[in-house]
Formats: sequence, structure tokens, C-alpha cells
Amino acid sequence: MYRYFISLQWKSFVRSASFKTEIWFKILMALGALYFILLFLALGVGAYFIIEEAGLGDPLRVVNRFLIYYLGADMYLRYMLQKMPVLNIRPLLYLPLKKNSVVRYSLGKTLLSFFNISHAFFFVPFSIVLLIQGYDPVSVAGWHLACLALFLGNNFLNLLLNNVDRFFYPFLAALASLAVAQYYGWFDITAYTAPVFDAFYDRPWTALLPWVWLVFCAVWAFRHFRSTMYLDGGLAIRTAEGRTEDYTWLNRFGNLGTFLKNDIKLIRRNKRSRTTVLVSLLFLFYGLLFFTGSMEVYEDPVWQVFAGIFVSGGFLFTFGQYVPSWDSAYFPLMMSQNIRYREYLQSKWWLIVIATAVSTVLASFYAYFGWKAYLAVVVGAIYNIGVNSYLVLWGGAYIKTPIDLTSNKKAFGDRQAFNGKTLLLTIPKLVLPLGVFMVGNLLWNQTAGFVLVALSGIVGFTFKDRVFRLIEKIYRKEKYKTLRAYKQQGS
Amino acid sequence: MIVAEQLTKVYGTQKVLDIGHLEIPEGQSFGLVGNNGAGKTTLFSLLLDLIEPSSGHIVNQGVEVRTSEAWKPFTSAFIDETFLIGYLTPEEYFYFIGELRGQSRADVDALLSHFEDMFNGEILQQKKYLRDLSKGNQKKVGIVAAFIGNPRVVILDEPFANLDPTTQIRLKKILREMAANQEVTVLVSSHDLIHVTEVCERIVVLSKGQVVRDISTSPETLKELEQFFDSQAV
Repeated sequence: MYRYFISLQWKSFVRSASFKTEIWFKILMALGALYFILLFLALGVGAYFIIEEAGLGDPLRVVNRFLIYYLGADMYLRYMLQKMPVLNIRPLLYLPLKKNSVVRYSLGKTLLSFFNISHAFFFVPFSIVLLIQGYDPVSVAGWHLACLALFLGNNFLNLLLNNVDRFFYPFLAALASLAVAQYYGWFDITAYTAPVFDAFYDRPWTALLPWVWLVFCAVWAFRHFRSTMYLDGGLAIRTAEGRTEDYTWLNRFGNLGTFLKNDIKLIRRNKRSRTTVLVSLLFLFYGLLFFTGSMEVYEDPVWQVFAGIFVSGGFLFTFGQYVPSWDSAYFPLMMSQNIRYREYLQSKWWLIVIATAVSTVLASFYAYFGWKAYLAVVVGAIYNIGVNSYLVLWGGAYIKTPIDLTSNKKAFGDRQAFNGKTLLLTIPKLVLPLGVFMVGNLLWNQTAGFVLVALSGIVGFTFKDRVFRLIEKIYRKEKYKTLRAYKQQGS
Repeated sequence: MIVAEQLTKVYGTQKVLDIGHLEIPEGQSFGLVGNNGAGKTTLFSLLLDLIEPSSGHIVNQGVEVRTSEAWKPFTSAFIDETFLIGYLTPEEYFYFIGELRGQSRADVDALLSHFEDMFNGEILQQKKYLRDLSKGNQKKVGIVAAFIGNPRVVILDEPFANLDPTTQIRLKKILREMAANQEVTVLVSSHDLIHVTEVCERIVVLSKGQVVRDISTSPETLKELEQFFDSQAV
């Protein structure tokens, strides 16, 4: 029976619209995964010796101290990045398949995810090093198996939590405040958790407890999905109360206002876009790493430009990147309604420009770190508006992944808006201004570098009409392919 | 007038549409029938420039749809649920379409008041987003939205499918009224031969992408169509 599931899954993977066009993306992402694997491996082997060198004490005890944060970070990453089992459950419900096996398959599939396997690259080498260093084999095995169970437990816990946002944000807040409390020495949670992890080593039989926990989580997740596997249960469509809103103040902008109104509703009423905008707000604080001097490598002025672009461009990078995919669900309407392509693109452009301007104003607190810090943000904003805003729209013409705005309806759907691809496309938009800045910085001085970056933004802005004509042409050319790709929604 | 000339659409080796010459005069109510895969939706999608023709072109009121966007102001359509914006309430959707077509809120409200019986109290002021309406109600919204802004060409793909009987009867009445108006060209496709013969002055039968019958509707039309489709069954 599982044979069918696996072949279904395989087909949905190879037949999806994005597979062919984005094979190089997949290769790059595979390379990225490989990089992390190597990193973990090096960490696993090296951790022991690094800790020993640093004279922090028994490496195993040190790892145990921070294991709670490792688990917490793992949970966070899972929630943000791990995809829910994408097997489409609905059409399988009435087929002669045992519900239990459908659920078991969906859950079992998650065990093979990168998020579970990657940890082995740390724990396996680390345990081997422990053995070589003469730690007691039974104890090491106990500790190792206990950790394995805890991480797999996270896997199932994530499946359960993914349905409920109200657990996630408090969890995140708790984790962050614990870390802060530890940093300032107010409260040290590791004093309470480290002995627990130590126990797995000192008394190997206690490793049974995490396994009980794992089984409990797995059964819980199974029961949860099994019991809610009805069209009016877990697979049901949760409806929010609709409110008709006017935003009449946007009427003065004519057709542009009509689109802006729609985009505001799009952002406010869909989980996916809301998450994206929240993430973009986090970008505002990214600059703190650079301007507070907390990281030495970031002292170089080049990184200030980098930070400036990120701080003001959060929305541009997270939301703008996916134009026109936000409208994928009703793209045929947009293409056949009384809408000029130019107007449609311009309204998206304005949205990005307005958001960038708002971010820049919100980021004015950087002035606290000196006028140069805020200047970097403003320069970044000018560059974002003048150049990057076109680049994202341009790139968008080639991104043909439909976005399921209503992914919160599908208990098993692909949920999070944030993925590796987005970050990948960001690179060319950042390298260019850094280069421009460096030229100015090397030839004259830092101020000249800032001026050059700002100038290139202004120059870009003056070419607005010409660039729009070009982008419009590309969109028109790609239109039919885009329409076809969006039709394969949910694949 | 809508003219299709040497229009073909090929997917791989399969020719899904092949129309040598098709002319739809202004003001005609035009029905398109055919079995699944006959090319009805393909033809409508070509007319709306949603897919690219493999050869040939379509001219809508003197505008070649492939090269100009000037057909958009006077053409409206409802093909399927991808013409609906799920996160809007029905009112917002109507106003959105209205604004795009240069209609004030009062204009839209006036138009909607004609459809109150059809909406059956399940659509307006229901505090629901379009995505949460039932399929039938979604369809009603899409069809009514296609009437906003006095379009001169109205394209409806399978408008009768999924509709409740009251709405079917109401829709037929509306389409007949529009047919009486010599300025509005109505294009309707359907699987239901009875509906089409009741509404359309002219019926074109597509089979495997080709026009196989082109009939001016008369009392015998239904029988003729039934005979044709019966002979298609093997």
C-alpha cells in the first residue's frame, strides 16, 4: 500500500510546474544542504576538541548545558522551515485505504526530513569521538539514544504545534527571554536542564524516558490527525468572519488606489502574506548586529551599506520577491479584466516603494548609533527604491510558483512563506551596491561611497519609464507560461 | 464583431483547436457546445488572451487580442473560480470589478439590486469571504460580476453547471434580454443542449477542436443536436 503513496509523492514532485524551470535552484539548494552537512560534521568531530582547548571543562557536560537551546532552536527552525507532509489527503479519504495507514504514512514521511537527519551529522561523530576518548560505551549509547528521541520528539511536536500559532509565538518569546536572562546572568535555565541531560549519561537507563516521550508525541500526533481526518474536522475549512472594508482614502489615486486597496486586503486577510510582512518587520532590527559593534567583522563600512539595504528593504525582499505570485489564485482574472499590464506592475511597485519609505522612517532609531548609521539606512532605501524595486519585479516574472494564500486551511499543506529560494535571489541585489560603494570608498572616501550608491539609486529612478517598458515586455512574454504554471496549484 | 482566422492550438502533437474561419456578428447570442475536450474552453481562453494560439489570430471588435489590450474595456468573462478573488467579500469583489470598469458604487449597487432574488440572501451582507462561499454561490458572484460595467462582449464558460434551478431560469432570462440588445454579444458554452437552444440564436458544435455544425436556432435545433451527439456515442 505504501508503494502507492510513495509513487504518488514522487509524481507530485517531478510533475510540479516548478521542477523543470528551477532545476538549477534545486542544485544550488542541494549544495547548500551539503554545506550544512559538512559544517555539522566538522562541528561534530571538532566540537569535542574545541571545547577541550577552550578549557570549558568536560566537553560532554558543556554540550549538555546548551542542549536545551539547541533543542529550542531546532524547534524554531522546524516551525519556520519544515514543510508539513504534503500528501494530499482529501482525495484518499473515500478510497479503500485504511485511514490509519494514510496517517501513518504522512507522519512517517516526516521522519526522513532533513531536519531529523542533519542532527545525526553532529551527534554521530561527537559520540564516536567520545568513545575514542574513553567514555563509557553504555553511557554514551544511552546519552546518544536519548538525544535522538528528543529530536524526533520535536518532529512530532512540530506537527502538532504547526496548527496552532498561539503556541508558537509565546514559545518563541519564552525561549528568547530565557536566552537574554542567561546572557545577563539573571536566571540560568541550564542549571536546571543540564543535570537532566547529564543523567542520560550518568544513568543510561534514564534514556528510556525520552523514548517514552517520543512514543507519547508520536501517538499524540497520530491520534490528533487520525481523529480530525474528516472533511468537517481537521481537514475542514475554517472560515473567518468577513468584513467589508472601504479604504476610501485610497480612492483619490484612481486605478492605482483600487489595486492598493486590494493589496492591503491581500496582506491583511491571508495567513501567508501576514507571516511574510511580519518577517519583513524583523529585518528592521537586522542592522543592530552591524551598528552596535557587537560583531567585529561587521565594523567595515561596506557592511553598513549591506545593513542599510536590508533594514529598509525587508518588505521588498520578502513580499516584492513574490510578485506576481501573490495574485496567482486569480491571475486569469487580472489578465482579462480591464487592467493594463503597466498599471498592475506600477501598483505593485508603489506598494514596495511605500513600504520601503515606511521602513526607513521606522528605522530612524538607528540615528541613536550615530548619523552615519542612519545615513547608511537612507542610502540603502534610495538604492532599494531606485534599483532593487525593479530587480524584484523583474525577477518575479520568472518565479512561477503559485502561492496558496489560504494555506492555513489545509492541515497538511505547505505552510510557511519563508524558504531558501527567496534568500538565493537576494544575492545579486546586494552584491551590486556593495561593489559600487567599494569603488567610491577606495577611490575617494566613505562618504563618496555612500553618495555613489545613492546616486545609482537616483539614476535608476529617473529611468523608471524605460525600465517599466522593459519589465512589461518581459511580463507579457512570460504571461502564458505563468498562467499555465499557476494552474497547477497545489502540486 | 469577433473574427477568428486560421486559429489553431497545438499541445505537443495534439491539435486541440483548429478553426479556419469563424465570425460572430455584433449583438449575436452565440452558443458553443461540444463534449469534454472539444475545445470550448480553449477557444474562450484564446479569446481572452490567456493562452497563446499556435497559429492564426482572433480579432475582437477590430482589436487583435494578442497584440493589444484595447479589448479589455468592453469585454468581460467568467470562466472558472480563478476569476474570483477569494479573500474579498462579495461586495468588495463587485466594487473592485466596478472600479476597474469605471462604475461608481451606486452603479454597482443598482445592478446588484436586480439580482437579489438570484442571490437568495446568501451572498450579500453575509460576512463571508468569497473563498468560504459554496461553489454554486461563488459561481453566481462570478457570473453577476461579468455583467458589471455594460460590457459589449460577455463570455461565460459553462454558466449553467452547478447552479440551482431558480438561478438557471433567472440566468436564461437575463441572457435572453441581453440577446435582444443588439449591442451586446453573448458567448456561452454549455453541456446542456436544452439551455443553449433556449438562450442562443446561433449554436456552433465543436468536436475535437473543429467546427462540425453551425446552426441558427429553430424549433428543430434541439432534435438535430441530440441526434448529432447520439451519433458521437460509440
